[in-house]
Amino acid sequence: MSYPVQPEHFQTLVVGAGPAGIAAAVSAAEAGSRVALIDDNPEPGGQIWRAERNHPGPDTTHGGNAAHWRNRLAAAPVTRLQGWSVFDQPDPMTLRAEREGVAADFSADRIILATGARERFLPFPGWTLPNVMGVGALQAMVKSGLPIRGKRVVIAGSGPLLLAVAHTLHAAGANVVAIAEQASLASLAAFTASLATSPAKLLQGLRYKAATLGVPYHTGSWPLRAHGTGRVTSVVLSLKERTHEIPCDYLACGFHLVPNIELPAMLGCRIEDGFVAVDDLQHTSVSGIFCAGEPTGIAGLEASLLEGEIAGLAAANRTAKAQHLVPRKQAASRFAARLARAFSLRPELKSIPQDNTIVCRCEDVTLDGLRPHPTWRAAKLHTRCGMGPCQGRICGSATAFLLDWNPGSVRPPMLPTLVSSLTSTEAPD
Amino acid sequence: MSEQPPIHLTLDGQLITVEPGSTVAVAIAIAGRPCRTSITGEPRGPLCAMGICFECRATINGIAHRRTCQVVCEPGMDIVTQ
Repeated sequence: MSYPVQPEHFQTLVVGAGPAGIAAAVSAAEAGSRVALIDDNPEPGGQIWRAERNHPGPDTTHGGNAAHWRNRLAAAPVTRLQGWSVFDQPDPMTLRAEREGVAADFSADRIILATGARERFLPFPGWTLPNVMGVGALQAMVKSGLPIRGKRVVIAGSGPLLLAVAHTLHAAGANVVAIAEQASLASLAAFTASLATSPAKLLQGLRYKAATLGVPYHTGSWPLRAHGTGRVTSVVLSLKERTHEIPCDYLACGFHLVPNIELPAMLGCRIEDGFVAVDDLQHTSVSGIFCAGEPTGIAGLEASLLEGEIAGLAAANRTAKAQHLVPRKQAASRFAARLARAFSLRPELKSIPQDNTIVCRCEDVTLDGLRPHPTWRAAKLHTRCGMGPCQGRICGSATAFLLDWNPGSVRPPMLPTLVSSLTSTEAPD
Repeated sequence: MSEQPPIHLTLDGQLITVEPGSTVAVAIAIAGRPCRTSITGEPRGPLCAMGICFECRATINGIAHRRTCQVVCEPGMDIVTQ
């Protein structure tokens, strides 16, 4: 392994190749900036535009004019760095990343963070069984080649993703036997009514879509426990103060989304109410560092694309052009607050995990092991909760909800990293 | 859909065959195996499938703790579950 070489330098370095990152990279490159787009997946697209197996490049079947952005990305002079995971910041405008045990440094005049969101996972008895996974996770596995035809799937949790994934899985031949949304019918109805500018009749839309799949769409319903030995074989859902046990081959369960703010936090960006604080032009509290997409608020695809465009243009000093997009972004972002309200978690979910339910999957720490501790930090020190490879990304979101704990600061390395990567860097291919 | 030949690789010493483009996490799932065993002995498979949770980690070509959901299968790969 060779020792530090001069970092490769770009005018704009974009982290994350989902919709926001693609829009940022393309907008900055088209404005003349020398751009690199770094991402830890094998292909660009992020989660919503995740590539289908054997179809390189973003999946264009999930809206947001993905084909348009894919073509612009293909045409733009953007250096693509796929498969690289950023884990450290050796100096303020340099990021250190790893791929297959090799580390390299990338420096830039401007950095745009488009790190996306992940699913929120809440523990329940049986949630650690194989074939219990996230909603987006099962979709990603199917896109990556998992055979799903004829398999019985229960989709549970919360958020617009549930129905979108039901459609994808149905189309792939899965037998989607039930969808369980924890939010109440009243909450979803209020959400629909609040969409004054787009009376899209979302709720009716949801139910209509579920009906066309022939799948029951339950509101006010959530998983109480999963059963199985070696893998899940059934799930017990709470439904109208009763319980229903439903046999299944897969339980896809995720409770809406939480932002990936670990990298922005490590770089010193100010975090407000769990999201990265930005100004109109997506500039964070750190000079030269921008943030776009879900880390600034879970607002969906349209807002992510607009924020990416604004950040890319602003990073390339096209301020007037960026400013022109701000009103549209603000309208799209207002959707975020409504979305959060509609799909806010009901308190009953806090009582689903039992004393012996594992909360931290890396270190197998159970709920009764955590309860004696007053804070996240105390629990980490005494139980190793959040000290495993995921570094609290899964259990931190869970304990924030279950125990009202605040996850602490982020320090490098922000991912488990080979010692060889911590001590050396090489020029990338 | 695929016109490319299937990919042969080894999983815990056994020869397996997958469609090209499959991730290693999918290859392990098709073989009906967990990716890893937790510290209290539970079998575990992928949870997030997007590189966050590390539940799908395994050793690939001698490099331990690779996130198998992020790695596409290549001919001759040697995968060892943990």
